[in-house]
Amino acid sequence: MQIKSIEELKKIREKSLKKVNLREHGEESGDQIEVLVGMATCGIASGARETLSAIVDQVSKENLENVKIIPVGCIGYCHSEPIVQLNIPGQNPILYGKVDGEKGREIVKKHIKGGEPLKESIIDASFDRA
Amino acid sequence: MSKFRTNILICGGTGCIASDSDKVIKNFNLILKARGYDEEVQVIKTGCFGFCEQGPIVKIEPDNVFYVRVQPKDAAEIVDEHIIKGRKVERLLYEEPRKHEKIEQHKNMLFYKKQLRIALRNCGLINPEDIYEYIAFNGYDALGRSLTKMTPDEVIETIKKSGLRGRGGGGFPTGLKWEYTRKSEGTIKYIICNADEGDPGAFMDRSILEGDPHSVIEAMTIGGYAIGANEGIVYIRAEYPLAIERLTIAINQARDLGLLGKNIFGTDFRFDITLKYGAGAFVCGEETALINSVEGKRGEPSNKPPYPAQEGYWDRPTCVNNVETFANIPSIILKGSDWFSSIGTEKSKGTKVFALAGKVNNVGLVEVPMGTTLREIIYDIGGGIFNNHKFKAVQTGGPSGGVITEEHLDTPIDYEHLIEVGSMMGSGGMIVMDETNCMVNIAKFYLEFTMDESCGRCTPCRVGTKRMHEFLEKITSGKGTMEDLDALKQLSYMIKDGSLCGLGQTAPNPVLSTMKYFWDEYIAHVKDKHCPTGECTHLAKYSIDPDKCVGCTACAKVCPVDCISGEVKRTHVIDQSRCIKCGACFDTCKFSAVIKP
Repeated sequence: MQIKSIEELKKIREKSLKKVNLREHGEESGDQIEVLVGMATCGIASGARETLSAIVDQVSKENLENVKIIPVGCIGYCHSEPIVQLNIPGQNPILYGKVDGEKGREIVKKHIKGGEPLKESIIDASFDRA
Repeated sequence: MSKFRTNILICGGTGCIASDSDKVIKNFNLILKARGYDEEVQVIKTGCFGFCEQGPIVKIEPDNVFYVRVQPKDAAEIVDEHIIKGRKVERLLYEEPRKHEKIEQHKNMLFYKKQLRIALRNCGLINPEDIYEYIAFNGYDALGRSLTKMTPDEVIETIKKSGLRGRGGGGFPTGLKWEYTRKSEGTIKYIICNADEGDPGAFMDRSILEGDPHSVIEAMTIGGYAIGANEGIVYIRAEYPLAIERLTIAINQARDLGLLGKNIFGTDFRFDITLKYGAGAFVCGEETALINSVEGKRGEPSNKPPYPAQEGYWDRPTCVNNVETFANIPSIILKGSDWFSSIGTEKSKGTKVFALAGKVNNVGLVEVPMGTTLREIIYDIGGGIFNNHKFKAVQTGGPSGGVITEEHLDTPIDYEHLIEVGSMMGSGGMIVMDETNCMVNIAKFYLEFTMDESCGRCTPCRVGTKRMHEFLEKITSGKGTMEDLDALKQLSYMIKDGSLCGLGQTAPNPVLSTMKYFWDEYIAHVKDKHCPTGECTHLAKYSIDPDKCVGCTACAKVCPVDCISGEVKRTHVIDQSRCIKCGACFDTCKFSAVIKP
């Protein structure tokens, strides 16, 4: 499909918005949970690929059907790579640092399934976006 | 959740729990229930707000009011006053230490205000391989508006008024560059994206291309429309395979949706982008060298004028902008030039991304408004110096810049101020050094880089940087003389004056600047044959203090060349002739008996 006017772009945006509403503010979008994994060169170099596959694997093992795993770029937190952001509807997004495969599985088991965040791995994202 | 009119977010981070936030949560729930508001107000335990010092933190949404140091007994007051009567509880609002003004919205708080992400706005937030996610975050709206509601001149005027300047290091006003290219005669024009990031330690352009490639595609198309170009080229180094892959995917997606190609947004405008790989030469970041390389020639700079805006790629008017510069464009079109120019300092508008590296705790990418001080970046965002060491200097501008010392830590960072203190903005590399870094050695490191990267076109740069490096090698190995220092200085000015492009013109900067601020270190190396930090191994002379040595043999065991002798419980001795100055004994000794030079 080709976009031929601003109105068409707007329509596509509104359709796509549902997909990302949760992303920034934890706005509601049903019970869909999102796991963002930082997959830029830096993240991958620190092992983000293993983290991603571990999370994918654990999610399927736990039969969680409402979890979407999304590879994203780098947020600049090299000191804490690999980075995983967890977006649960109705809650502020939570940023986890230094998530290896094992910790990725724990996040799935404890936080997504059990509702208990892994406090010691949470890092803060203190910036505004334009 | 939608049935709740208000959310009370209470921090459940470790810090806040330690200050009783669990009880605060419990009390809120009890009181809401007692007042009959538990059906419409929800209490949510959140992750750490990163503001533990002021905990427990309570945030009311959607009012976006931020309460700090909330005690369990305060829950009733917040519910009765704020939730029921709609009045803020003044005494619990956050008070900024400097201004003594109560601030209710957390976006306005100094702590959170430090970083503002314009160029990096989507990085880490969207899936870079999904154009629909970019569109969801207002992607391609700026392009649509430019093409259908603005004339090319209006686009240029907006960029000019915004005050955006080149983020690759030059700092030339982007709007002016666009205007010159537009006004140049010719029917075929080009717009080139400079993604040849070469400054050692800087990687913001890679991050943008990997995390948000569509923002660059959109901006290049806007630029093409503004200057009258139908073809864009991204000159990207082949060492960035992931960026190339994502950019290629993004370009194809944009073509599929008709955002690249013919009749974009139903207008007569056509535009497409191709990639050109570079071999990763530092000099190709200079626009004339870059254009030569894109044409398939040697990556060497040419004389200016004529400027690329007059005669660039295949002698056609060409506009070259950096990745980060482009990433700012869509936001400026959408939010307006006034918004952008309200951020930053008088002559430097907007934000700048820095790659913070070296001896700081939080290394990474930071994007801050122009005018933020180095102290704020290093201590507030960077979390201070690694291992509680002492700050010594910070190198900005990479191999073209200089060092900034403690006395200038409070300098607001913008193009002008950095030059004033003897450094420069560059592409945004920022390397922090502590007292264990030898400044002569640092200068040598950068000189080695520019020596390797000199394209060889201008003799002063080709031969001069080599000679400078030799002098520095001589000095750091303890063979330098005072005459060498004079020669170094003289050579620096000759290279600066006699080189065609920025590489040569700035190559001596690290030497000149370390000489200016750390002359005593140069003198120590030359006169006393001593490196105060011990980093120059040739000058190091490790020895053992007989009064402190207990004869534990730990140093002898760790010495890789077995040059430490001594029996158990007897003083050990280092054989200077065989010592390789690795420092292993110094790091191992628990009794501080090894003396570091």
